[in-house]
Amino acid sequence: MIRGKEQQPFRISEGGEIERTRPLSFSFDGKSYTGYEGDTLASALLANGIKLVGRSFKYHRPRGIYSAGPEEPNALVNLRSGGRQEPNTRATQIELFAGLEAESQNRWPSLALDVMGVNDLASRFLFAGFYYKTFMGMPGWHFYEHFIRKAAGMGTAEHVSDPDLYDKMHGHADIVVVGAGPAGLAAALTAGRSGARVFLIDENDKPGGRLRSERETIDGKPAMDWAASTLAELEEMENATILRRATAFGYYDGDTIAVLERISDHLPVPAPFQVRQRRWLIHAKKVLLATGSTERPLVFDGNDRPGVMLAGAARTYANRFAVRPGKHAVVFANNDDGYRTALDLAEAGIEVRGVIDPRTGGQGPLKEDVIAQGIDVVRGAVVVRTHGYLGLAGVDIADLGTLQSGTTPETRFIPCDLLATGGGWSPNVHLYSHQSGKPVYDSAIAAFVPGESRMNDRSIGAARGRFSLGDCLADGYTAGQETAEALGFTTGAVTDIPSTDEQATGPLKILWQVPALPGRKGRRFVDLQDDVTADDIKLAQSEGYVSVEHLKRYTTLGMGTDQGKTSNINGHGVLAEARGLDVSEVGTTTFRPPYTPVAIGAFAGREIGRHQNPVRRTPMHDWHLAHGAQMVEAGLWMRPQYYLGKDEPNSREAMFKAIERETLAVRNSAGISDVSTLGKIDIQGPDAAELLNRVYINGWKTLAVGKARYGVMLREDGVALDDGTTSRIGENHYYMTTTTAEAGPVMEHLELHLQVHWPDLDVKVASVSDEWAAMAIAGPNSRAILQDLFPQVDLSNEGFPFMGVREAKLGAFPARIFRISFSGELAYEIAVPAGYGEAAWERCLAVGEAHGLVPYGLEALNILRIEKGHVTVAEIDGRVSAADLGFGKMMSSKKRFIGDALVTRDGMDDPSRPTLVGLTPVDGKTRIRAGSILVEDPKTPPPVPKLGHVSSTAPVSPNVGHPISLGLLKDGPNRIGDTVWAVFPLKGEAVHVKVTSPNVYDVEGARLHG
Amino acid sequence: MAEYSVFSLIQNALTGHKNWQRAWRDPEPKPSYDVVIVGGGGHGLATAFYLAKVHGIRNVAVLEKGWLGGGNTGRNTTIVRSNYMLDDNAHFYEKSMKLWENLSHELNFNVMFSQRGVLNLAHSDGQMDRFARRGNSMRLNGIDAELLDRKEVKRMIPYLNYSDEARFPIYGGLLQPRGGTARHDAVAWGLARGADRLGVDIIQNCEVTGFKRTGNRIEAVETSRGTIGCGKIGFAVAGNTGYLASKLGMKLPIESHVLQAFVSEPLKPLIDHVVTYGAGHFYLSQSDKGGLVFGGDLDMYNSYAQRGNMETIDHVMRGGIAMVPSLSRLRLLRHWGGIMDMSMDGSPIIGKSPIDNLYLNCGWCYGGFKATPGSGWVFAHTIAEDEPHPLNAGLRLDRFERGHILDEEATGPVPGHH
Amino acid sequence: MLYIDCPYCGKRAHEEFTYIGDATKKRPDGAEKNDPAWVDYVYTRDNPRGPHLELWHHGLGCREVVKVLRNILTHEILGAGRPADEIPLPETETKP
Repeated sequence: MIRGKEQQPFRISEGGEIERTRPLSFSFDGKSYTGYEGDTLASALLANGIKLVGRSFKYHRPRGIYSAGPEEPNALVNLRSGGRQEPNTRATQIELFAGLEAESQNRWPSLALDVMGVNDLASRFLFAGFYYKTFMGMPGWHFYEHFIRKAAGMGTAEHVSDPDLYDKMHGHADIVVVGAGPAGLAAALTAGRSGARVFLIDENDKPGGRLRSERETIDGKPAMDWAASTLAELEEMENATILRRATAFGYYDGDTIAVLERISDHLPVPAPFQVRQRRWLIHAKKVLLATGSTERPLVFDGNDRPGVMLAGAARTYANRFAVRPGKHAVVFANNDDGYRTALDLAEAGIEVRGVIDPRTGGQGPLKEDVIAQGIDVVRGAVVVRTHGYLGLAGVDIADLGTLQSGTTPETRFIPCDLLATGGGWSPNVHLYSHQSGKPVYDSAIAAFVPGESRMNDRSIGAARGRFSLGDCLADGYTAGQETAEALGFTTGAVTDIPSTDEQATGPLKILWQVPALPGRKGRRFVDLQDDVTADDIKLAQSEGYVSVEHLKRYTTLGMGTDQGKTSNINGHGVLAEARGLDVSEVGTTTFRPPYTPVAIGAFAGREIGRHQNPVRRTPMHDWHLAHGAQMVEAGLWMRPQYYLGKDEPNSREAMFKAIERETLAVRNSAGISDVSTLGKIDIQGPDAAELLNRVYINGWKTLAVGKARYGVMLREDGVALDDGTTSRIGENHYYMTTTTAEAGPVMEHLELHLQVHWPDLDVKVASVSDEWAAMAIAGPNSRAILQDLFPQVDLSNEGFPFMGVREAKLGAFPARIFRISFSGELAYEIAVPAGYGEAAWERCLAVGEAHGLVPYGLEALNILRIEKGHVTVAEIDGRVSAADLGFGKMMSSKKRFIGDALVTRDGMDDPSRPTLVGLTPVDGKTRIRAGSILVEDPKTPPPVPKLGHVSSTAPVSPNVGHPISLGLLKDGPNRIGDTVWAVFPLKGEAVHVKVTSPNVYDVEGARLHG
Repeated sequence: MAEYSVFSLIQNALTGHKNWQRAWRDPEPKPSYDVVIVGGGGHGLATAFYLAKVHGIRNVAVLEKGWLGGGNTGRNTTIVRSNYMLDDNAHFYEKSMKLWENLSHELNFNVMFSQRGVLNLAHSDGQMDRFARRGNSMRLNGIDAELLDRKEVKRMIPYLNYSDEARFPIYGGLLQPRGGTARHDAVAWGLARGADRLGVDIIQNCEVTGFKRTGNRIEAVETSRGTIGCGKIGFAVAGNTGYLASKLGMKLPIESHVLQAFVSEPLKPLIDHVVTYGAGHFYLSQSDKGGLVFGGDLDMYNSYAQRGNMETIDHVMRGGIAMVPSLSRLRLLRHWGGIMDMSMDGSPIIGKSPIDNLYLNCGWCYGGFKATPGSGWVFAHTIAEDEPHPLNAGLRLDRFERGHILDEEATGPVPGHH
Repeated sequence: MLYIDCPYCGKRAHEEFTYIGDATKKRPDGAEKNDPAWVDYVYTRDNPRGPHLELWHHGLGCREVVKVLRNILTHEILGAGRPADEIPLPETETKP
C-alpha cells in the first residue's frame, strides 16, 4: 500500500470513491504502475502523473486525458491483447483491474517520439479535404491510397477470434429510466413506489451520475448519501430492475431501448462460462431519458495539449478519484462552473493560478468565494495560446474585447500544468433523436434540447437543459410520478423532494471560438480526435460546404469514435458565425445509434459458428452419420451427399467410386434415399381440388382417390415457382409435396391466397413436412423389396400402377406408399410418421439387403434425374416459365390458374426463349461444366451473343456411358441434333456439344412403368 | 474556376488557403430551364453534368430539397462493380464502370475510386454453378471476372472462416478485380463542381411540391423556392420517386424500403477488398479513413424512415461474424438507413414516362451508387434525344407489361427480396 | 421493434411475421388474361409516404395473414385486423 502511494504522486491521501486498501497493478506502454480499485485507467494514469496518452488522427499531435467519460476524444488505448484485444478503448471508461495492459495508439516508434508527428509540421498541406484536390494522376488512387490508409485509422486490430461469450436478453417494462444521476434516481424511485415495472439503466459501475463528481449536498448531507438510500429502496422493490455498467445505446421503434450491459469487462477475464456482455432489448411503455449532459470545450490556440482538460472532468478526478490532474492549474470557462472548479481544485490541494472568465460581469456568488480564497479572477479575458509540447507548460491570456476588435492585445503568461476549461453543457439528446426527434436550440444554454417527443419518451433533468441539482431532483420526482400515473398506477403526492444548497449561477457567455491572435497561425481545435480546426471549418464554409452535413463530411468533424460529443456543437457554432447565422438556423447533424460504440459480437450473441443458423436434420440423420454418409448443407438441412464404405478414405477417387456404385445400384438392383426434406402439405376440404386447380398449371378435378399427379405451379408473374406430386388420399384429402427449397414459400403462397384472395374456398392447408419421414426406394428390385415390406399390399403393376397411392402398415407403423419416381426407375416412396422414420429406414434396408438395396445420396440422385431430364431448382431458377422447362402443353386452357395471365406477355411467351434440352459432348468424353454458356461460335469476340446456359451436369453417367448435361437453349426443341459450344471462359474451356432431348435414358419409360 | 492539382494545393497552402473558390455556385433559380432535374444526388448531378458536357445542353437546373448528396449518395456502402449476369444490366453497369475509371480525372476531383476487387463468396456447389454462369456471362460481355476455388479464396483473404465450425463452408468465390469502392460524398461534390463549371445551376433547399401540367406535358415545377418552368424534366429521386409520381397520378412498379448501413470505429488497414457473404446477406469493405463499412438485408417492409430495426441489425452482424470471425470484438460506431426505390424485378428503370416531357430514373434498389456515372450518361442521352440510349433500352418502364423482366436475383415481383 | 396487434394472438413483435406487402391490391380474379389489371396487380404500387395498408403473415405464430395499417414514414402502427376488415385511419394526425 505504501509502495502504491509512492507510485501515485498525484493521489490525494483522503476522500474519493477509490479503495485505498486494494491496490491494483497495471501497465501502460509496457511500464508498470499501481492504481486502486475504483479507478478508471484514466484516473490511475493521472494519479501516476501520466499525461501523454495518445496521438491524434491526422497530425499525430500529443494528446492527454481530456474528459472523464464516454465523450473522451483523445485518450484511446489498445486494451488487452490476443483474442481479447480492444483497440480504440476510452481510458476514461475502463475500470481498472489487476494486471490490466494497455498500449497507446497511432504512434511509431513510441508515444513520446512519433515520426508521423512530421504531419503536424506539414499541416498547412493537410488541410480539410486536401485529398479531394490531388492524387488524381498516374499511377492512380489505388497507389496513393495504400499510404493514406496506413496513415489513417486509429487503433490496430488483428484477425484473431474472440474467446468470449455474448448474451441477448429481452426486458419488458412499464417505465424505462435511462441514467441514474439525480433525475433518473428520483424518477425511478417515484415510479417504482407506484408498483410500475421499472428498469433503471446506468452506464457506470454504480449509480449517482454527476453526484459522484461534485461536492454537493442533499438535505444537508453529502449528495451520494441520498443516492445510496434511494438505490437501497429501489433494490428492495421487486418491480424494479437496476442495470449497472449498462449503456442504453439506441432507441428503436416501438419504444424499444437497446442496452449493452458489460458483465465482465471490469474483470481481468470472465469467469468460466460467464458472458462478457449482454445485449438487452427492453420493451417499454414509457421512457424517461435522464441521460445528463456533456461539457463543451472552449476553442483556442493550442487547446489540445496534454494538460488541457474539461473543467467537469478535473472536478471528477479530484472529487471522485482523489487525483490531482495537475499541480498548478488555470481555469478557463465562460460560465460559473469555472468558479466551482477552482474551489474544488483548491480543495484538492492544487494551486489555482487564475480563473479566466470571458464575461465582464453577471457572475454568480461563487466568484466571491473564489476571490475570498485568494485566487486571481481575470474577467473579460481568454486564453489565447498554450505552451509546451508533450505536456502543458503554461498559457497566455489576453483581453477578449481587444482581441475581438482586431488589435493585438497584450498577453500575460501563466505557467501551469493543468488548464481546466468549460464552455457550458450540452444535453445528451442522442436517444431522444434516434427516433427522428428534432432537437431545438436554446440560446440560454447555447445548446440543443429535446423538442417535441415523437415516441413515448420524456427527457428530464440535465438531458433537457435543467442543470441545477434542485431542478434535476424536482424533474425526476415529478416525471416518475406523472409517468406512472399516466399508465394507471397510483402514486401518493410527492412530498419528499429533498432540498439542495446550490448557489445561484449567472448566465454563460456564448463563445464558439477564441479569435486567433492577429498574425499567428495557431491551431484551434474543434474536433480533437479528427484534428478539425476552426480554420478548417472556415475553409469548408468558404468553398461552399455550408450545410452541417457537408461540413461534417468535408472536414470529418464529429466522425471520430466519440461521434462529436464534444465537438459538434462548437463546430456548428463556428460555422454559424462564418455564415452570419444563428446556430438554430444551421441545425445539427443527425444523432445515430449507438450512443457509444458496441462490440459487433454483442449483436450476434450465441448465433455464431455452428449456431449461426439452425441445423435441420431428418429423422434418419444419425443413421446416415453412422453409415459413412458424407453430409452436405442443403439450405438449413443436412443431407447425405454419398456414402463411403467402411474404412474407405474420403478421397476424390473414393467419392467418384461411391457415386458410381450408388447410381448403378439404382439402375441394376435398388437404392434407397432419404427424401424427408421435401416439403409436405396436407390439404383437406370440399374445395381442395379447386385449390389445386388454381395453384397448379394442370387440371386436378379428375384425379381419383388413390392416385398421385405431377404438377407445376407458377408465381403470379408467370414464372415457374415449384414442382412436385400431389396425391389424393381421400375424397376431400390431398397430400402435396414440394421441393426442399420451396417448402416454406409454397406454404405461404397457399395460405396467402386462401386467406386473402379466396376466403370462400372451403379448404384448409397445414404444413406436415416435419410430421412425415420419407424414403424413396428405386430400382428394378424395388417391387420385391416393397412386397417383403408390405406383404398385405397388392404391388402388381395392375394392382398398384404407376402414380398409385396406398395407405398401408409397415409392421406396426402407419405408412403411405406412392408409386412415383424421380430416377426414372420402377420406384416407390414410403412415408411414415417422423418418429418411426429411422426404424422404418432400417427395416427397409434389412429387408432390402437380399435384393441388393443400398443407400444413395444427392450426387447419385442428381445423375439419375439428369439422365431422365427431370428438373430441380437448378432449372426452376426463378426466371424460367413452364414452357421453358418443356411443360408448355401441361398448361390447361380449360381453367384459370395462378400465373396464367402474365405468362401470356410477349417476353414470356416468346418461342425463342431458352428451353430445356439435353447436352452431350461431341467427343463423347469431355465433361461439360454447369454454368457454361451456350454459344454458336467460341471464337466470337465480346460481347458474345448467348444462346443459353448449362444448368446441371453429370460429369459421369455410368448408365449412359458419357458425360451428360441439362441446359436451356434458345429455340431448343428445334435444335435437337444440332451442335453448339458450351464455353467456360473462366477456365478457358470450350466444349463442342450435341443438343439432345432432355431425357436420354429409357426414353420410352419402360422401366418406370414396368 | 481554378483547377485542382498538387500545384494549386501547394500554392494555396503557402498563401494561407484564402484563395480557394466555392466548389459550386449558389444561384437563385431562373424562371425556367431547358431541362430541370429533380434530385441533387449522384444520379441527378451526373445527368446534368453529361447533359452539359456531352449534349451541350447547359441551361439546366438541378433541384435538391435538402443538401447535395444527402440521400442515398451520402449513405451507401460505396461499392462499385459491374458483375451482372443479365445482358441488359451487364452492359449498362460496365459502361458505368468505365466512366468510374476516368471519373476523378474527368471531374478534376478525386473521388477516390479504389479498384480493390469485389469478391462474392459461394457456400455450395449450386452457388458455385450459379457464380460460374454469371462469371462466364461477364467474360463473354467483356467484363473481368475470375472464379476462385476455396484454396484461392484463402490465399487472397486468409482471415475468413475456413474452420470446421463454419455453419456454411466456403466453396469458392467470384471475383471482379476491377470492382471496388469510391468516396461517396466526393462523387456528389465532384459532379456538382463539374456541372456547375459547365453552367448548370445547382439549387439546394429547393423542394418540389407540385407540377403545372398542360395536356400531357409538365410546364413547370412548383417548389419551395417558387415556380420553375421546364422544357423537359427528369426525376432522379430514388426512394422518393413513388411519392413524386403520385403527385402526377402515376403509379410505378416501385416500393420504398429501408436499407441499413454500418460503420465501425476507425482501424489501421484490416480489410483490403470488398467481400460479400453468400449464405446470408453481408458485404464488407474498409474505408480509407479506417472504418469498416458494411451492410446486409433490407428491413423487409415498406418504409420512408431513414432508420431501421434491431432484428435486421442482429442478422447483419451475425452474417459478418460468420464470414470474418475477428469482427466480434470490433465495435460498431454508427448505423443509419437509406430509402431504396425497390423495383419489382430488382433492376433499374431509366427511360421515358407516360408524360411527354417527363423522364424517369428510378428503381435502383440497393445498387444505385455504382451506377452513378452510367446512369447520368444514359439518362442525359434519353432526355436530350427523347429516346433511350441502346444501353438503357432494356431498362424501360414498359418492360413489366411486355414481360421482359430483368430479375438478376430471380426472386420474383417481391421488392424486398431483390 | 414494431408491435403488431395480431387479431388472433395479440400484440407480437414484427419478427414473428413475414411482410407480404400492399394490402390494397385486389387480385383481379376472372379478369381476362390480357387485362392490364394483372400487370397493375402484380407490379404497380401506390407506395404512399404515410399511412399504408399492408399484409403481414404471422408465420411464427398463428400462420394467419394480418392486415396492418402502418405509417411508413414513421413506422407507427395505427391498427391491425383480419384481411377482410376495414381498418380506419385514426382521427388524429400522426406525428410526422
